[in-house]
Amino acid sequence: MSRSGETLRVAGTRAVRRASPAAIAGRLCAAALLLLLVLAPRLFAPAFRLLAEDGAPAIYDQGSLLQLTLDHVALVAGSTAASAIVAVVLGVLVTRPSGRDFLPLSRTLVNVGQVFPPVAVLAVAVPLVGFGLEPTLIALVLYGLLPIFENTVAGLDGVPAAVMDAARGMGLDPRRRFLSVELPLAMPLILAGIRLSAVINIGTATIGSTVAAKGLGEVILAGLGTGNTAFILQGGIIVGLLAVLVYDALGLLEARLAARAGRA
Amino acid sequence: MIEIEGVSRRFGDTLAVDDVSLRVEAGTVTALVGASGSGKSTLLRMINRLIEPSAGTVRIDGRDAASVPGEALRRGIGYVIQGYGLFPHWTVSRNVATVPALLGWDRARIARRVDELLRLFDLDPDVYAAKLPHELSGGQQQRVGVARALAAEPKLLLMDEPFGALDPLIRAKAQDDLVALQRRLGITVVLVTHDMEEAIRLGHRIGVMERGRLLQYAPPAELLARPAPGYVERLMGGADRPFQLLSLLTVADARDDGPADVGADVAPVPETLDLRDALGLLLWRGVDSLPVVAADGAPRGRLTLSAVLRRAGRPA
Amino acid sequence: MTASGAAAGRVPRARFPGFDRVGVVPAALAALALALPLVTFKPNRIAAGRGVAFWAALPPAAAAAGGLLLLLIGLAACLRVAPASRLGLALVALAALAGLVGLAPGAVALPGMPYARVSFAAGFWTLLLAFGIMAADGSARLALRPGPRVLLLGAVLLALAGLFASGWWNGLSILKEYAAHRDGFWAEAVTHGGLAFGSLFAALLVGLPLGVACARMPRLRGAALPALNVIQTIPSIAMYGLMMVPLGLLAGAVPFLGALGIRGIGAAPAGLALFLYALLPVVANTAVGLDGVPRDAVEAARGMGMGGARRLRAVELPLAAPVILTGVRIVLVQNIGLVTVAALIGGGGFGTFVFQGTSQAAIDLVLLGAVPTVVLAFTAAVLLDAAAEAAGRTPA
Repeated sequence: MSRSGETLRVAGTRAVRRASPAAIAGRLCAAALLLLLVLAPRLFAPAFRLLAEDGAPAIYDQGSLLQLTLDHVALVAGSTAASAIVAVVLGVLVTRPSGRDFLPLSRTLVNVGQVFPPVAVLAVAVPLVGFGLEPTLIALVLYGLLPIFENTVAGLDGVPAAVMDAARGMGLDPRRRFLSVELPLAMPLILAGIRLSAVINIGTATIGSTVAAKGLGEVILAGLGTGNTAFILQGGIIVGLLAVLVYDALGLLEARLAARAGRA
Repeated sequence: MIEIEGVSRRFGDTLAVDDVSLRVEAGTVTALVGASGSGKSTLLRMINRLIEPSAGTVRIDGRDAASVPGEALRRGIGYVIQGYGLFPHWTVSRNVATVPALLGWDRARIARRVDELLRLFDLDPDVYAAKLPHELSGGQQQRVGVARALAAEPKLLLMDEPFGALDPLIRAKAQDDLVALQRRLGITVVLVTHDMEEAIRLGHRIGVMERGRLLQYAPPAELLARPAPGYVERLMGGADRPFQLLSLLTVADARDDGPADVGADVAPVPETLDLRDALGLLLWRGVDSLPVVAADGAPRGRLTLSAVLRRAGRPA
Repeated sequence: MTASGAAAGRVPRARFPGFDRVGVVPAALAALALALPLVTFKPNRIAAGRGVAFWAALPPAAAAAGGLLLLLIGLAACLRVAPASRLGLALVALAALAGLVGLAPGAVALPGMPYARVSFAAGFWTLLLAFGIMAADGSARLALRPGPRVLLLGAVLLALAGLFASGWWNGLSILKEYAAHRDGFWAEAVTHGGLAFGSLFAALLVGLPLGVACARMPRLRGAALPALNVIQTIPSIAMYGLMMVPLGLLAGAVPFLGALGIRGIGAAPAGLALFLYALLPVVANTAVGLDGVPRDAVEAARGMGMGGARRLRAVELPLAAPVILTGVRIVLVQNIGLVTVAALIGGGGFGTFVFQGTSQAAIDLVLLGAVPTVVLAFTAAVLLDAAAEAAGRTPA
């Protein structure tokens, strides 16, 4: 949902920098747990049985958890990639001298866009494009634009003026200045935006199941529909683990990029 | 040689540089001095066309700078700025190699040049070549900035407050290094600073700017002796003017062949020492004269207090 | 200084304001919108609709006058007009649009069709977007201070309220949905607001002290923030479902609580879930805000003999207020959106209409839920932005 970009970023970077043995062990455990839950859910039947009503199945049985997880990941990956392309291109355009005029307006629009709850976007998109994957993609792509755009603009604007002056002064042409100086220096922040967007979308994608998109929301909705807490927990845990692991993995990548960009 | 003729630059309604003409001889250091907003940086940046003049021409070695594409022009001119502008995501060696790489030098030649420059600037390549800029001290970053500007062997070096970010102790050393380097390579340097003492110390000629106009363009001694009335006079008229003047002369300029009337155990002064420092020695030791020696230790007569004081007053 | 050539070139400019590139965006959208169907006409609530163009959807005179006005204002957006006029013109256009679309039901539907529905179509939304962009652009350039910004928002909300009270829009489908759900609407509005603000209030009660503690104790921060981060990764529908379990057990075990209305389904688990989501922004922003308080100010306070509690109240919290209020804004906007999902577990709120509408394929019912949610979230965002800005600039 509309998770707090700022706070997640602030809190997250701290956690990622300190790669203590405990943190690494935690990551490995989370990954192992996720794999087991998806590939061999029956192992957990005894635990989940405690939560299921008498006679109700303890493990989701209306489809393959693996397939739903893959669908979910594909949905999030596709929508995040689309958001990233649109938002980065837009962010680059409004930071060029010829596009500067459009920056305040783009900022305002992006901020206003944040007040549209994804459920509403989803529901309004259904009459336009029908049920299933499409309305979910629309809502996720729109929703994912915001953090990436903001971070792209912040990243490009944050390149020190002296660095850009030196680049011009040494005779780098505009294309080289952009590709070999500005973009690499902005990359850690852009990636932080993409990471945030991906994590938000992992959670938001579950709502897509209310309009019949394939994904892990199905498991949770089935649980809500039949009052089966075991299903809700299974879906919730898998989605949560996915989000934590993706957040972590992209965070490591980001920290490495930041170190290479000399900003560590 | 740089010939600037009738150059102006207008930003909106303000005239940042107003009809400036000056000539920088090859192999000399010219310092442009002025308060912030005086147009000195704008003038500097019009030489390598980071800013295009609104009027007038800049000729470098006889060729109109406007006739060369801006980027090609800049690749042939060294450029150093305050804060250095090192690329934070590139190693020291890649930073230094920027312009040679742009010019398409082959790999081996670039590697040789980088190695040579790092040694020249007292940065052991084995230690520093692979470091990122943020791992260096301020003084080291400054040296990398100058090394990068000199990488493609430019004959002209433009420097915009190159020592502005250094603390005073390192700054003096960096200034001395620049003087030595300029002599050794015989390059032409145009330097922008707001510090008159720095300008006097470094410049063969000094241009004083105020509100876009070049008020006076002269060697330091002349500027001290005969400042243009008004702004320049106020700028130069500090109580330390005699000492500034002395700092421009060396012991060799004031020595004579008479005997020093001190004991043989008094340490002599080298004839290359500037007169300001020599005066300090005379006063500190409480003597009227000191023996002078050449660089090879050969006696060169004496330096008397009165000879020094004579040169500290307003020249006739 | 003033070259005569430049002055001569400026003469025509004085009469015609120059061309404004940014204004082209709303102008192009407005022009495009006039070619799209303004409204959709449906013989009954759920039948397939047919789009009706701007010119056909309005009485001829109104269409001509209104179309001309909107086009002229769109044209004005392309010129270098002052920001205040830009904003004013955009508001005039929005008011005109609201007035015009109220005429559409009378012009499109025949009197003998009691079940016919006239809904907003692409043209209306695009016009709304175009002049909304123009207004946003104008107010962004105007750089209004917090006070005037809040007043402007208040005026717009009042105008909206007046529009609904006047009955001018009563022929439109969304208001027919409202008429059919009148009682439920206000009950859900109260639930929606209660859940969003109640969970925020609870999160402030717990989160502010926790945030202060985190700023003081790095070890607590190291444990609390990652844990709260993990909570954020649990998808809302699962969170709502999971909160049902403990509350259901609690209500079963303590009949008194059940009598108070705390049950496994409904608003209670939704409120608990929202509270948990709200904690991270409150705690993290409080801690980060306190981190950002200049050390000098704290040292000076200490040097003047201020005690710890007094220092916190008189120096640190006021200086951290802008950051904390930004956290509150994040929470409130996030919660107002998340409450819509609570309808899935019977938590109520505007989401009830959204989900009902989706299942009945009735877009206007969806809008009846979605539009107030967006208006509420927008209002909250503007108010808290203004508060954060005011806290940052006025001496506390």
